[in-house]
Amino acid sequence: MTTTLPAYDDVVARYEPVIGLETHVELGTNTKMFCGCPTDFGGEPNTRVCPVCLGLPGSLPVANKAAIEATIRIGLALNCSIAEWCRFARKNYFYPDMPKDFQISQYDEPLCFDGYLDVEVDGELVRIGIERVHLEEDTGKTLHVGGATGRIHGATESLVDYNRAGIPLVEIVTKPVPGTGALAPEVARAYVTELRDVLRSLGVSDVRMEEGSLRCDVNTSLNLPGEEWGTRTETKNVNSLRSVERAVRSEMLRQAAVLDAGGKITQETRHFHEDTGDTTPGRSKETATDYRYFPEPDLVPLAPDAAWVAELKAALPELPRLHRRRLQEQWGLSDLDMQSVLNAGAVELIEQTVAAGATPAAARKWWLGELSRRANEAGIELADVGATPAQVAELQGLVDAGKLNDKLARSVLEGVVAGEGSPTEIMTDRGLEVVSDTGALTAAVDEAIAANPGIADKIRSGKVAAAGALVGAVMKTTRGQADAKTVRELILERLGVQG
Amino acid sequence: MSDLTRLTATEIAGLVATGETSAVEVTRAHLDRIAAVDDRVHAFLHVDTDGALAAARAVDERRAAGEELGPLAGVPVAVKDVLTTKGVPTTVGSKILEGWRPPYDATIVQRLREAGTVMLGKTNMDEFAMGSSTEYSAYGPTRNPWDTDRIPGGSGGGSAAALAAYEAPLSIGSDTGGSIRQPGAVTGTVGAKPTYGGTSRYGLVAFSSSLDTPGPCARTVLDAALLHQVIGGHDPRDSTSIPAPVPDVVAAAKLGATGDLTGVKLGIVSEFTGEGAEPGVLAAFRESVDTLAKLGAEIVEVSCPHFRYALPAYYLIAPSECSSNLARFDGVRFGLRVGDDGNRSLEEVMSLTREAGFGAEVKRRIMIGTYALSSGYYDAYYGQAQKVRTLITRDFTAAFERVDALISPTTPFVAFPLGARTSDPYQMYLADLFTIPTNLYGGPGISVPCGLSDGLPVGLQVMAPTMADDRMYRVAAALESVVGTFTPPAL
Amino acid sequence: MAAISREEVAHLARLSRLAVTEEELDTFAGQLDVILQSVAQVGEVAAADIPPTSHSVPLTNVLREDVVVPGLTPQEALSGAPDADQQRFRVPRILDEDVAS
Ligand SMILES: [Mg+2]
Ligand SMILES: [Zn+2]
Repeated sequence: MTTTLPAYDDVVARYEPVIGLETHVELGTNTKMFCGCPTDFGGEPNTRVCPVCLGLPGSLPVANKAAIEATIRIGLALNCSIAEWCRFARKNYFYPDMPKDFQISQYDEPLCFDGYLDVEVDGELVRIGIERVHLEEDTGKTLHVGGATGRIHGATESLVDYNRAGIPLVEIVTKPVPGTGALAPEVARAYVTELRDVLRSLGVSDVRMEEGSLRCDVNTSLNLPGEEWGTRTETKNVNSLRSVERAVRSEMLRQAAVLDAGGKITQETRHFHEDTGDTTPGRSKETATDYRYFPEPDLVPLAPDAAWVAELKAALPELPRLHRRRLQEQWGLSDLDMQSVLNAGAVELIEQTVAAGATPAAARKWWLGELSRRANEAGIELADVGATPAQVAELQGLVDAGKLNDKLARSVLEGVVAGEGSPTEIMTDRGLEVVSDTGALTAAVDEAIAANPGIADKIRSGKVAAAGALVGAVMKTTRGQADAKTVRELILERLGVQG
Repeated sequence: MSDLTRLTATEIAGLVATGETSAVEVTRAHLDRIAAVDDRVHAFLHVDTDGALAAARAVDERRAAGEELGPLAGVPVAVKDVLTTKGVPTTVGSKILEGWRPPYDATIVQRLREAGTVMLGKTNMDEFAMGSSTEYSAYGPTRNPWDTDRIPGGSGGGSAAALAAYEAPLSIGSDTGGSIRQPGAVTGTVGAKPTYGGTSRYGLVAFSSSLDTPGPCARTVLDAALLHQVIGGHDPRDSTSIPAPVPDVVAAAKLGATGDLTGVKLGIVSEFTGEGAEPGVLAAFRESVDTLAKLGAEIVEVSCPHFRYALPAYYLIAPSECSSNLARFDGVRFGLRVGDDGNRSLEEVMSLTREAGFGAEVKRRIMIGTYALSSGYYDAYYGQAQKVRTLITRDFTAAFERVDALISPTTPFVAFPLGARTSDPYQMYLADLFTIPTNLYGGPGISVPCGLSDGLPVGLQVMAPTMADDRMYRVAAALESVVGTFTPPAL
Repeated sequence: MAAISREEVAHLARLSRLAVTEEELDTFAGQLDVILQSVAQVGEVAAADIPPTSHSVPLTNVLREDVVVPGLTPQEALSGAPDADQQRFRVPRILDEDVAS
């Protein structure tokens, strides 16, 4: 596409976007969806497989109760109705990462349906309709060999590892979301963020986008005001929160350029490229496979009875939005302050830091200050910055105990982030503890007084403010490891002046 | 010692238990018989001589150690090549699995081992159990011991022929549309299709998941019941396995053997006694009906109007499920791979592999099933067939409100000559006309020899309500007590 | 009227990943036509209000506890593989990148 893209403001002034999201979540169950193989991440290839998840002839699936319960809980948290009776279905297509060459999924009878999730964007509540939540199985992983950068194109062969094949995968599909205008990309991101928080609060998944346990497909279309919704494209492979936002924006711009030029949008899947931030076409609807869905004969229907669903509902945790409101009150934050905590993705981190003993103010200071700065510089999520809430609380404890001053604490934090150990260990190893040995400190003070007789005289004559210069000198000789306030008091005391 | 291969399983188990003979002797006798006749019968695709002798020795050792043995300990069993056997070749009669040695045992195979039976080997079958004559095996047809120019029925022709040729006293089959009962009928042996869900499908290479039912084959009704008891019952690895004990089929067979059917009400399916069946088959059937009446059974005629749609419904449902079940044979994880020359893409290699690995009948059914499930055709074909399935189930339910069991000929015709029906696939399908309704309903059915027509065996089918497998054993054993067993001419 | 054309059979073969020959296409077209015309009889049954039967066992909620069960070793898993490399199943280059999930 060589067309120049129009300006975003111009696009949203002329077109109305409709977005929709399909999210796949790998559940954090002990075992796979239909067999007893473990689901733990990593491991040597083909070490977590059995006849069932390898699709060997004769093997049969048996559904994992924990996965069914987790899916019902997700459905309940998303205000869905739970099917009284539903079936698994086979989705038939040939692909080597899918051992049976069909995926056990759900088709027209999802386990959960017709719900919603409220998300906040710019202080406003947007209700995202949930079409369905269903359960299926994940595929194996394919390693492409011989081509550039492991891509499928140009590869000469591929190698398949089935460790991931059969891990329970929950698919959450929104209804189309119209009316978000210029905010469409932010709404998409806010939805995935909120969904991720909900899933985390339920404890059903580790929701790590970078490891692929949370994966997003983004549907986008544009229409002229007052006209019918446009043809949508489905952008696959959108694997970070930032990418969700970028993918919607980029697809809006691309579609606007096509429409502006008098062209038509093709219904197709597109691939998002993390590096360039744009999308390229995949398969078009015309060549799409006929999946030949039919009820999975190897599994009997699911019929969650009302008592079971009620029991699961009663055990749901407080959901993130309500939880955040409660925290905001507890922490005494204004809406604006809370918003900056949210934007930084720091709610849980601060909460855990407080739980580990820090005051809310101190916890907020570290996470929104020094650590946010580092995360932004590195272009990573705050949670991945390298410090844990427990470490931050420990660090603050050292400050409160007077063992570290602010500057030293920052140096210790640098060590923590670099993985050098606990704050206490780093303080000791790097010799960063505040010099509280008054003997050593007194000697340094006396040295400074002797070296600066003029300043000493000024102080003796009552110009107490001049003490700053001597404090600086002492700090220099102690390499910053003295507590400035203590130094100042000591100088005044040695010169016989009241502070 | 008399010829050990002529004994029933019950007799062999008795002799082994008392030590009058050893499991090893019994096993050797059968292995010798296989060596002597199987080049003419071709019942076996693989004979596991070492495994069989090792299993037999283990039984003899356990007996010598004073351990209590199960009711079939030391009895040889032939297993249809549709069940996975750990480390022992499993081909399903197909080139696509040639040389495959599964890394696991089917549940039934595991239960056979635990019961101390001795697995002799794997028996021939129509490729993927699709067929009614065992002519569609990729490894050549099995021949009927009654006349080696004729078919032994199918798809489990190997398991039935092994019994009729005295190569094994017991065998395992699988019945999707009649593949246990129909070979039983045309070889003069007993074949029982248990209630769907009454025997585990774990390790049964799937043809049509909602219909496939593994079950016992034997030369007597009591032997079949004993084998049924050993292999049946709940299996948590099969989601469609019924969590209930096996009905007491052994007691029922023994009760039936007393020859008293007083108080038993039997229904003749009127739709199955008219056109389509050979006169000789109908004559043998009618004679058996008289016999059953003399034993005290009350006979009534029952109409099951939707049974005439069973065949078309079956030939939509089974191919649909098979088109999906057989997708995994793609040359990636196991089995054959063809055309991987370093230039071709995976898609090409998959297509060449499946083209070379599957026989014509399998390809036909895969394509029929793919068609029936396609969007645009689903409702008219697969969807409508499933509704017909409901109606057939209702016919059975209504019939079983009036009678205890239904009876019919097992097959419309006796064993036909090899090659007689292979040129017209639909003519072959007619062989399963009378057995298919039971599969669609899910209930049990048994075929028991009831007479001869032109010197060839005819079977009578008894169909019972789901989980009332014991009833059909009682009726079958009662008939057997009068008509006896049938011995083919010497090979 | 034929229930199925030669072209449709070719399409079915592609969908089913069967590299059928030209000769087979002719044979199959004829045979599938006979079979499909016969099985189309199910359409004669008035069944508009009849529910379909997908399973003949009256079971629901057959579930497994979430407990790890030993599986296969990589050697066992790969024992039947036509080709393997780096403890993975090796396949020729893949043309179609798109996968659904
Ligand atoms: Mg999906
Ligand atoms: Zn597994």
